[in-house]
Amino acid sequence: MANVNMSSGRKALLSKLATNDGHAENSPYFDGWKAYERNPFDASRNPDGVIQMGLAENQLCFDLIQEWLINNPQASICTAEGVDMFKDTAIFQDYHGLPEFRNAVAKFMGQVRRGVGKFNPDRIVMSGGATGAHELISFCLADRGDAILVPTPYYPGFDRDLCWRTGAQLLPVVCDSSNGFKVTREALEAAYIEAKEANIRVRALLITNPSNPLGTVLDRKTLRDIVSFINEKNIHLICDEIYSATVFGSQPSFISISEIIEEDQEICNHDLIHIIYSLSKDLGFPGFRVGIVYSYNDKVVECARKMSSFGLVSSQTQHLISSLLSDDEFVEKFLSESAKRLENRHQTFTDGLAQVGIRCLQSNAGLFVWMDLSHLLREKSFLAETDLWRIIINEVKLNVSPGSSFHCSEPGWFRVCIANMDEPTVEIALKRIRAFVVKGENAVVAPAKKKQCWQSQNTKLRLSFSFRKMDDLMMMSPHSPIPQSPLVQART
Amino acid sequence: MPYQLLSKIATSDRHGENSPYFDGWKAYDKNPFHPTLNPDGVIQMGLAENQLCFDLVEEWVRKNPEASICTSDGVPKFKDVAIFQDYHGLPEFRQAVAKLMERARGGKVKYDPDRVVMSGGATGANETIMFCLADPGDAFLVPSPYYPAFARDLRWRTGVEMIPVHCKSSNNFQITIEAMEAAYEKAQQGPNPSNIKGLIITNPSNPLGTTLDRETLKGLVRFVCEKNIHLVCDEIYSATVFKPPHLVSVSEVMEEVGGCNRDLIHVVYSLSKDMGLPGLRVGIIYSYNDAVVSCARKMSSFGLVSSQTQHLLASMLSDEEFIGQFIRESSKRLAKRHTLFTKGLAQMGISCLDSNAGLFFWMDLRPLLKEQTFEAEMQLWRVIINDVKLNVSPGSSFCCTEPGFFRVCFADMDDHTVEVALNRIRAFVLREEQCVHNKNQAGTTLKKRRNWQNNVNLRLSFSSRGYDESIQSPHKMSPHSPIPQSPLVQAKT
Repeated sequence: MANVNMSSGRKALLSKLATNDGHAENSPYFDGWKAYERNPFDASRNPDGVIQMGLAENQLCFDLIQEWLINNPQASICTAEGVDMFKDTAIFQDYHGLPEFRNAVAKFMGQVRRGVGKFNPDRIVMSGGATGAHELISFCLADRGDAILVPTPYYPGFDRDLCWRTGAQLLPVVCDSSNGFKVTREALEAAYIEAKEANIRVRALLITNPSNPLGTVLDRKTLRDIVSFINEKNIHLICDEIYSATVFGSQPSFISISEIIEEDQEICNHDLIHIIYSLSKDLGFPGFRVGIVYSYNDKVVECARKMSSFGLVSSQTQHLISSLLSDDEFVEKFLSESAKRLENRHQTFTDGLAQVGIRCLQSNAGLFVWMDLSHLLREKSFLAETDLWRIIINEVKLNVSPGSSFHCSEPGWFRVCIANMDEPTVEIALKRIRAFVVKGENAVVAPAKKKQCWQSQNTKLRLSFSFRKMDDLMMMSPHSPIPQSPLVQART
Repeated sequence: MPYQLLSKIATSDRHGENSPYFDGWKAYDKNPFHPTLNPDGVIQMGLAENQLCFDLVEEWVRKNPEASICTSDGVPKFKDVAIFQDYHGLPEFRQAVAKLMERARGGKVKYDPDRVVMSGGATGANETIMFCLADPGDAFLVPSPYYPAFARDLRWRTGVEMIPVHCKSSNNFQITIEAMEAAYEKAQQGPNPSNIKGLIITNPSNPLGTTLDRETLKGLVRFVCEKNIHLVCDEIYSATVFKPPHLVSVSEVMEEVGGCNRDLIHVVYSLSKDMGLPGLRVGIIYSYNDAVVSCARKMSSFGLVSSQTQHLLASMLSDEEFIGQFIRESSKRLAKRHTLFTKGLAQMGISCLDSNAGLFFWMDLRPLLKEQTFEAEMQLWRVIINDVKLNVSPGSSFCCTEPGFFRVCFADMDDHTVEVALNRIRAFVLREEQCVHNKNQAGTTLKKRRNWQNNVNLRLSFSSRGYDESIQSPHKMSPHSPIPQSPLVQAKT
C-alpha cells in the first residue's frame, strides 16, 4: 500500500493500528470462504449451493417477536401509538441510558438466571454490542502490553476486541478433549506462571459461559475454582455470558458468576468480577448492537459509563427493548419456547450426525455443536484439518468453522452452527454429511495404506500460512459481507 | 502499596469530566426551568441541540410507516433487519447519508456511498479517525476555541495529544495560515518535539458558529499537503447554516487546490446537530483515503449504528422532497431564532460574534468583567447561573485564550422560553446600569464593587492556568449526563 511508509526519513502516514493485522481479518481461509460467497445456498434458487453453518445466529424465534410487535405498537417511536415519544427519545443521549432500558435489561438478566441473583440497573452500562463491551472492559482493566488469560478454544473475535486498539494481549489457557475441554486449575496456574516467567503482567481471566465454540456450561466446582484462582492472584474475572439464554434441557443448568459470588459472599473480592452481556445471541438481534457491561466494581462502572459514549445503544432501540423486555409474560414465554426449539434443533442435528458415526461434544447450550472429525483426518495435524475443511466447503458444500480458528490445541474439531436456518435446510445439511461419510468409507478398499478418496482430489493447497493466526473473518461479529442477505443483494 | 486494579486509562483524568465548574452546573441540575412547573428555574442554554424541526420529522414518520420495522407495514422486514450486522451498513443507509451530505452542501459536491463508514456518533467518529491516523504520543493541531469534548474524544483512549492553535478576537477568531504555520514550527522545537500527524477543524465552528471562507480553507488544504499531514474536517453542523455565506466544504475545495493529496482528507459527520437526532447515535467517517476507509470500517464494529435506526434513516434521508423541505425550514427557523437573540442582545449593548451557522452564538461579555481575567469570567458565569438563571457556557471551557466570551445555545427551547431568557438578560443588564448610575450619582470615586459581585458565594480555590482539559462541563460534551429536565429521566428514576 503506497500510503503506508513514505520515503526514508519521513513519518508513516497512517497509525500502526491501521497498518497492522490486529483486526485479525487477514486469513488464509479466504480461499475457503470465497467458495461460500460465490455459491451461497438458497432452497429454491440455488439448492446445490454452500450452506452457511459458520454464523452463530439465533433465528428460531422471530415469529414470537413479530407477533409481540404487532400487539405492542407503543414499543416503537414510529407507530401512531408511539410517535409522541419520538422527540424525547431522539434527543435522549444521556450515557446512563433510559432508566426503563436499564431496568428491563437487569430484569431480563435475572429472569434468564431463573431468579437466582438480582441485577442492579445502576450497574448496567451500554456498549456497541458485545464487541464494544469487550474492548471497553479491556481498556478499563489492562494497560498496553498487559495480558488477559483465555481458555482455548475461544471465539476468534476476542483477539480483535480485547487487543487491537487496547494494546493488550491474550494468553491461552490450554484445554483439551481428555476432560471435555474443561478449564482446570492446573491449566490456569500453568498459563499464569508462563506469563510471569516471560515478564508479562496478567490483569484478567476471560471466560465464556456458556462456551463458544463448545456450547457447554461451566459446572459449579469449575466456577468456584476459577473464582478462587483469580482472587488469589488478585486479577479480574471477565465473564462473557452472552449465550446465557441459549441453555436448554434441565441438566446441567446454567450457573452464572453472579450466582457464585452471591451464594458465597466471601469467595472473592467483588471488585474483580465483571459480566459481558448482549442481546445478539439470546434474542437474535445482532443488528441492534445492544452490548452490556455489568461490573461489581464501582470504579469500573463509572469509567465504563464514560467510555460508553463511544458506542451507546440507539435510543430508538433502547426504547423498543425496554418495552419488549419489561413484558414479563412475553419474556417467560420466549425463554421457554426458545430453549425448546434449540433443544429440538440440537437433538435433530446430533442424532443425524451420530447415525453416521460422528460424535459431538456433549453440550446443552449455544447456537452450535462442537463436532469431532478427528477420525477423518489423514493425520493428526492442523494441515490435515485445513485439508478436510476445504473438502467440506468445496465438496460437501457446508461452511463450518475449523477448530484451529478458535485456537484449539487439537486438530480435527469443527464448530457447526445450527440455529441460523430452517428445518428443511437442516435436513439437507445432514443428508450431505451422510453422503460424504458414506462415500469416504466406500473409498477405502485396498489394504495398502491408501489415502481416502476425497483426499486425493484435493485442490491446490496454499500451505504458506501460520496456523496460529487463523481468525476467520466470518466467525467474528460484526462481519462482512453477508451476500445471502436480501438486504445486501437486493440493493448493491 | 495498594495494587493498582484498574488501567492507567481508567484512572486518568483525560475523559475530561472532572471540573471546577460543577458548582455552577449543580445550580442548573437542582433547579431546571419549566414554563409552568418551575418558571423561575435555570434555563438551559448550554446544550447544542436542534429542537426546532421535530414537527416536520414527526409528520414524516407518521406518513411513512414502512420506515419502521415495528409497524404493521414494516414488521415483515423485522427479522432481516434485526440480524443484519454487516459493518458496511445497509447499502440504502449509506446511499441516503451520502445524499444528505450532498444536499447540505447545495449539491456542489458528490459523495460516494462506499466511503461512508459508521461510528458511535460523532464522538466515536472522532476517536476512530485518531486511531486510524495517529499513534499514542502523536499530536494533532486544533484551533481554539474548540468543542470541550475533543479532549476526551481525540485523546483519552488513543493517547494522541492536542496542540491548540489559539485564535484571537482581534480578527474575529478566524483561523490564519500564519498562526497554523507558527504553531507547527513551534511544536517541532525544544527538547520534546511533537510528531504532528494532522490538523482537525470544525466547520461550521463550535463554539463560534462561523464558517470558513474559501481562501482560508484552500490555504489549510495546501498547508497539510505541504507538510504531508492529515486534515480532519468535523462538518457536523453543515446543514445548520442559516444565512450567507454558504458552507464551503473541504470536499469542494479539494478540487481547486492543485496537487492536493486526497489521501490526507477526511470528513466527520453526524445526524445529531443537522437533524436533531443525538439519541440515535449516527456518526459517520468519510475519508478519501482507501486505507483509512478500510481500517475505519473494521473499527466501526465497536460502534455501529443500530440496524433498526439505519433502516429508519435510510427511508427518511432518501426522501429528497422531505430533506429539501427540512433543510430549508430548519435554516429559516434557526435564522429567526438567531436574529431574535442577537438583535435583542444588541439592543442591550451586548454584542455577539457575527455568525451564520450553528445552534449557538458567541457572546461578548468582556465589558461586564470586573477585570480581564478568567477568574472574573468564572465570577460572572456564577452570577449568570445563580442570579440571571441562565446556563450558558464560559469561553474558558472551550480553551479560549481571552476571558469574557460565552457560548449561548438557542435552538434547544421553545419560543416562550426564548422570551423569558431575553427578559431575564434585559433585567440583569438594566440592574447593572442602574447600579453604575447610582454610583455615579453618589459622586463617589471609590471603586465600588458591581452589584452582582456582592451576591456570589465564590469558591476560588482553583488554579486558573491548570484547567486546560479539566474545564469540561459534562453538558457541553455529548453524550452527557444527566438531563434531569427530560421527562424520560425524571418520570422513571
